Amino acid sequence: MTKCLRVLMVGLCFSVLFLAAEGRAQSSSAHEITVSAAISLKDAFEEIGKLFMRAHPETRVVFNFAGSGDLARQIEAGAPVDVFASAAQKDMDDLDRQGLIAKNARKNFAKNSVVLVKPVASTIPIQSLKDLQRGDVKKVVIGNPRTVPAGRYAEEALRHLNLWDTIKDRVIFAEHVRQALDYVARNEVDAGLVYSTDAMARSKDVKVVARLPEGSYQPVVYPIGVIKGIRAEALSRAFTDFVLSAEGQRVLTKYGFIAGGPSM
Amino acid sequence: MDGSIFIPLRLSLQVALAATVLVVLIGTLMSFILARKTFRGKELLDILLTLPLVLPPTVVGYYLILFMGRNGLLGKYLFHWTGWSIMFTWYAAVLASFIVALPLMIKTTRAAFESVDQNLIKVSYTLGRGELKTFFKVILPLSKKGMIAGAVLSFARAMGEFGATLMVAGNIPGKTATMPIAIYTSASSGDWAKANGMVLFFTLVSAAFLYIANRLSKRGAW
Repeated sequence: MTKCLRVLMVGLCFSVLFLAAEGRAQSSSAHEITVSAAISLKDAFEEIGKLFMRAHPETRVVFNFAGSGDLARQIEAGAPVDVFASAAQKDMDDLDRQGLIAKNARKNFAKNSVVLVKPVASTIPIQSLKDLQRGDVKKVVIGNPRTVPAGRYAEEALRHLNLWDTIKDRVIFAEHVRQALDYVARNEVDAGLVYSTDAMARSKDVKVVARLPEGSYQPVVYPIGVIKGIRAEALSRAFTDFVLSAEGQRVLTKYGFIAGGPSM
Repeated sequence: MDGSIFIPLRLSLQVALAATVLVVLIGTLMSFILARKTFRGKELLDILLTLPLVLPPTVVGYYLILFMGRNGLLGKYLFHWTGWSIMFTWYAAVLASFIVALPLMIKTTRAAFESVDQNLIKVSYTLGRGELKTFFKVILPLSKKGMIAGAVLSFARAMGEFGATLMVAGNIPGKTATMPIAIYTSASSGDWAKANGMVLFFTLVSAAFLYIANRLSKRGAW
């Protein structure tokens, strides 16, 4: 290798190491928080994060979006998470029971509903939940009930409506609700059960057929909580307060959530 | 131990065996072509066939969706003509395992073919045997060890396939949830007891296969 190239390579290595060290120093400060949030909150929380950072200069909010069950397991395993927002009370309860949530730091902040969707590109006439039993409906996607709240709500509703036994052989499980949405949007499946907020996010590719009847599944109430014993507790509480504030609630309603703040 | 851990195990064995059969057949053919023939684009073919070995399984899964998805480049014609899609079936799991395991078979088998003494092949020709006969009677028997090693590696890789499989076959208990996927789901839902059982079983079954394969390749027979 020529001398010039060698110098360049060494310089590159040092730059990479320097940047890595810089990054590490920042994340252990009291000015950066990691928020693990249910993936259905992705668009709303990313916007809330931007507004929060603008209102609190010198701070950084890092998001980790996935199925609520996966996120809860990560926190149980000691992942360095400061705030947790899940799509069901159950996942927060799991952590609460293990004493992982800070005192008085758990609040409900939004509500959602589950809808039946079909691909815009699909030619199968699905007009109601009963149509899921049609012979030409071969694949229906829901979140994996073992780890995904949306999947649990979906299964609960389908059982309540006496549809589960007839269609359970056509049901495909997705690892989180946005994956379920993607399967429908890509016309890989004939129908799916996702949140109304998800359907809104991909309204070009996905058509809402029906809302699941109220009472067929437990209410979808999103809790947010601060993890116990973290370094950036003040900033984390400030973030949850922001989510519950008028501004935060405005963003949530913009993306189709029903306000679930203190006035609930 | 929950009896239902046998379902993912059965699925894993089913998928891996089917994939390995395909890998051996097509891998042997490809290895023969790469070892014995020269043609334009040979380097490119070699690279294409080796790529799944170095690409992350999620990239492989991505390409599979791109080609074989219901809207895929090939998948959409398949769906249009037959109303059938490979996505979310165990065939998709076989396809994913096949693609990631093929390079392993080709690498070992090609090396085995290339290490066969050229003189023996030439002698076979001078004695009147054609190319195909020579392949089956001279080259193949002498490459047995390499081919068995390739088949075993492929089987192991097929059994352990997770990323691409999850993307194209999905996580459908009883139909496509192979053991790696079932372990992932159990671990994700905090069901450590079930995960432990499956992990133990999987380890023992895989070790047993490796043992059998080692014995086979050492003496060529029991």
